[in-house]
Amino acid sequence: MSEPHGLTAHEARDLLERRETTSRELTQASLDRIAAVDDKIGAFLTVATDEALAQADAADERLHRGEGGPLTGIPLAVKDNMCTRGIRTTCGSRILEEFVPPYDAHVIERLNEAGAVLLGKTNMDEFAMGSSVEHSAFHPTHNPWALDRVPGGSSGGSAAAVACGEAVVALGSDTGGSIRQPAAFCGVVGLKPTYGRVSRYGLVAFGSSLDQIGPLTKDVEDCALLLNAVAGQDLRDATSAPLDVPDFTAALTGDIAGLKIGVVSDYVPEGLDPAVRGIADSAVKQLEGLGAEVEWGVELPSTAHALACYYIIAPSEASANLARYDGVKYGYSYTEGESMWENMDKTRQFGFGDEVKRRIMLGTYALSSGYYDAYYLKALQVRTLIRREFEAALERYDLLFGLVTPTPAFALGEKTDDPYEMYLNDIFTMPANIAGLPALSLPAGFVDGPAGERLPMGVQLLAKPFDEAALLRAGHAYEQSTSWRDQRPAV
Amino acid sequence: MSLTREEVLHIAHLAHLGIDERELPKFQEQLSDILEHFAALTALDTEGVPPTSHPLALESVMRDDEVKESLSVEDVLANAPNAEDDLFRVRAVLN
Repeated sequence: MSEPHGLTAHEARDLLERRETTSRELTQASLDRIAAVDDKIGAFLTVATDEALAQADAADERLHRGEGGPLTGIPLAVKDNMCTRGIRTTCGSRILEEFVPPYDAHVIERLNEAGAVLLGKTNMDEFAMGSSVEHSAFHPTHNPWALDRVPGGSSGGSAAAVACGEAVVALGSDTGGSIRQPAAFCGVVGLKPTYGRVSRYGLVAFGSSLDQIGPLTKDVEDCALLLNAVAGQDLRDATSAPLDVPDFTAALTGDIAGLKIGVVSDYVPEGLDPAVRGIADSAVKQLEGLGAEVEWGVELPSTAHALACYYIIAPSEASANLARYDGVKYGYSYTEGESMWENMDKTRQFGFGDEVKRRIMLGTYALSSGYYDAYYLKALQVRTLIRREFEAALERYDLLFGLVTPTPAFALGEKTDDPYEMYLNDIFTMPANIAGLPALSLPAGFVDGPAGERLPMGVQLLAKPFDEAALLRAGHAYEQSTSWRDQRPAV
Repeated sequence: MSLTREEVLHIAHLAHLGIDERELPKFQEQLSDILEHFAALTALDTEGVPPTSHPLALESVMRDDEVKESLSVEDVLANAPNAEDDLFRVRAVLN
């Protein structure tokens, strides 16, 4: 890697260890890169220049004392739904446009302890509701591989920032595919950890039984390093799991001989574009070539209902979580009304965008008297069926395999008029959230766009709860046998 | 499943979401369309299937009820649109 902004975290760490660069230089290179390209990309909502340089200097002192760790001095970006003390956290919404959190999210505390450098906060669909960042209240983000296309979402800012080298690595969050789908669209690695693996304390809540924070990185080794830093129990999130966290880099052995992988029929369905189908076929052959035992034809019949199940559960949870935006305690507040209630109604009317309103209304409806049993309870029962089918499949296989999305990145504006069409984007990714399983999105090649653009595609691996190590082991072996990770967009 | 105009207004009221009259037909159409796609799910036979509200079967987490340090009043009120004497200030709740 010749350009400092193209470095992975482990390459940057090696340079820092050999004293061939400093965190200050790396951080300045990232800030320069942001200044040079972010007008075109739009990955950031806030760039914390002064804070980042101060953190870089502190990291350099720490490295100088020989007290650094793997992420000390590494410049990274964080999706703007994780609270950062003293740095505004908008969640992509007007209602939080001027919100400056009085505390750090758990993951931010962990990154601070590790000595990482926070460059800034990345763009996202409002309250993480969307698959394209087009629902950001502020501006769109452009796909670094094709600027007239979406980066995916909702963590599209983080994915784009890593893909074009604005940040070395980034954190995103994934409620129905919001890490994996943008990772696939932008040609980077994205991991949704097992539900409970990473504390949600300080993550702005969307779907509390589905949300999980995870890494977006240029390669699998960086993914393991970042997961090492943020995983583990935190008593402030009662759903964070009381389990020991292994060193995930120890899983990167390159050896997957005998690993049993099942291809889920619904995630590589009939009728795909032949070029897209070819992505899945080639990845399967590659895994077989590495010694994995791959079997086609894993059937998960309840997956057919996963989309409806998800779009009842997630909006229901969101409608309850977003009740806190009342214009009283923080955030945008309408004050011209006659009564508190009128002010609250108007605060929410003017503060929220259309997609957030749709989901609040869908969720309110599904939870309302007379419809609770038909919608919400039914969705929770179907959730059980989906979970059981995964459990049965994962008794037979170490990992499950599928595509991340049925198509590559679509054009900006293409799906904004039809909310349901946008929801279909998550069809291969949301089942992992419904079942709470860990899932890894890996760059797996390119398909040609109509104007001859090279558009990245991703494949996805799913594992048993808390077996992220198996995902990273297989992902690493696959990645090392391909050249996809060496290809970066020309921005 | 088609929602009436009155149903959309009722849902918005339950959610304390003000709605512009001109936006009402759009939301009515979009929400009806989405619910239409959920019809197959509501028709599914799930007799005897227990609901899953959380993917992990964790026990309830209890801790001792101890006084601990928390955010200062100053920090808590720093983002308040309208505060007075350590309190959030709002318009009259009862008319």
